[in-house]
Amino acid sequence: MTQPHDPRGNLVRPYAVTRGRTEPIRDIPIEAVLVASSAAVQEARFAGHDKYRIAVLCEPKAQSLAELAALTRLPLGVARVLVADMVADGLLTLHSAAPRKGFTERMDLLGRVLSGLRKL
Amino acid sequence: MDFASSERAGAPPSEITSAKIVIAGGFGVGKTTLVGAVSEIEPLTTEAVMTAAGAGIDDASKVPEKGTTTVAMDFGRITMAEDLILYLFGTPGQTRFWFMWDELIRGAVGAAVLVDTRRLTDAFAPLDYFENRHLPYLVAVNCFDGAPRYEAEEVREALAIPARVPLIMCDARHRESVKAVLIGVVEHAMNTLVAEHEQGVGVG
Ligand SMILES: Nc1nc2c(ncn2[C@@H]2O[C@H](COP(=O)(O)OP(=O)(O)OP(=O)(O)O)[C@@H](O)[C@H]2O)c(=O)[nH]1
Ligand SMILES: [Mg+2]
Repeated sequence: MTQPHDPRGNLVRPYAVTRGRTEPIRDIPIEAVLVASSAAVQEARFAGHDKYRIAVLCEPKAQSLAELAALTRLPLGVARVLVADMVADGLLTLHSAAPRKGFTERMDLLGRVLSGLRKL
Repeated sequence: MDFASSERAGAPPSEITSAKIVIAGGFGVGKTTLVGAVSEIEPLTTEAVMTAAGAGIDDASKVPEKGTTTVAMDFGRITMAEDLILYLFGTPGQTRFWFMWDELIRGAVGAAVLVDTRRLTDAFAPLDYFENRHLPYLVAVNCFDGAPRYEAEEVREALAIPARVPLIMCDARHRESVKAVLIGVVEHAMNTLVAEHEQGVGVG
């Protein structure tokens, strides 16, 4: 796949990079982190410039959707669509945001965050 | 110093959980300063292009000019363990973009509303917002140099903060002070969750 050339230039970039799709496949939370294996980074070379940049960022350390948007300077909505695509294509592993249901699960997470803060 | 050596060592953990705390408040109250005081990275900024459709709001008039606008929010990161990351998100300074705040607080463990005593009334809108949301929050009074010094109870009274909402004084520039704010948020979230759980279980 190559990036489509758009004679209108950078103004339409957010539209072009997502091939005109504006709805992400999955509603990924801004704090959910993504990881790429080195094999996935190699594969992402052929997925287009922005997806490749995203994969490279996610190889050495887990990065949240928010970090990916900030580091690539893509608007959040555009980054979310690209990342969702990459998850669907197996280029990125999506990890979970904090549990929102279940007393025990939520208390466990809060307890871990609390001890993490105390150790800072 | 973090030389990233551990980041590459071994296989990544099979599941990494990330949590977020929201730092809210009016324009210039010290949100970015607070995030920067504890973040392991320089606070980053991400821009969200808001459209009436994309924001899931049906009232296009809430978004000025042609139905789109750009809202910037900044955030920091604390890697607590290989499999646990805490993010701190500052709300956009313009408090009229409430729909952006809705996206930010979704799934958060709690929030701190920063207050600047030189412009106390700026805190009314953010406080109102959290009073009407189901998210544990506390109030952190940022003590700027040369700002009028109030007792905690004076601030509570002036802003009509309910007794169940914790209020603490802080200095957003100092790591230990910011740590105490964040610990307060998480403890309050735990207390709230326990109280709700006990009610739900029908103990009372
Ligand atoms: N003396 C003092 N100055 C502070 C403190 N916190 C922030 N400042 C200063 O106040 C100014 C505004 O702080 P920011 O952290 O940028 O505030 P903000 O809430 O992120 O501002 P916006 O994002 O523009 O709404 C900066 O010049 C800070 O250096 C504090 O606790 N004490
Ligand atoms: Mg700021």
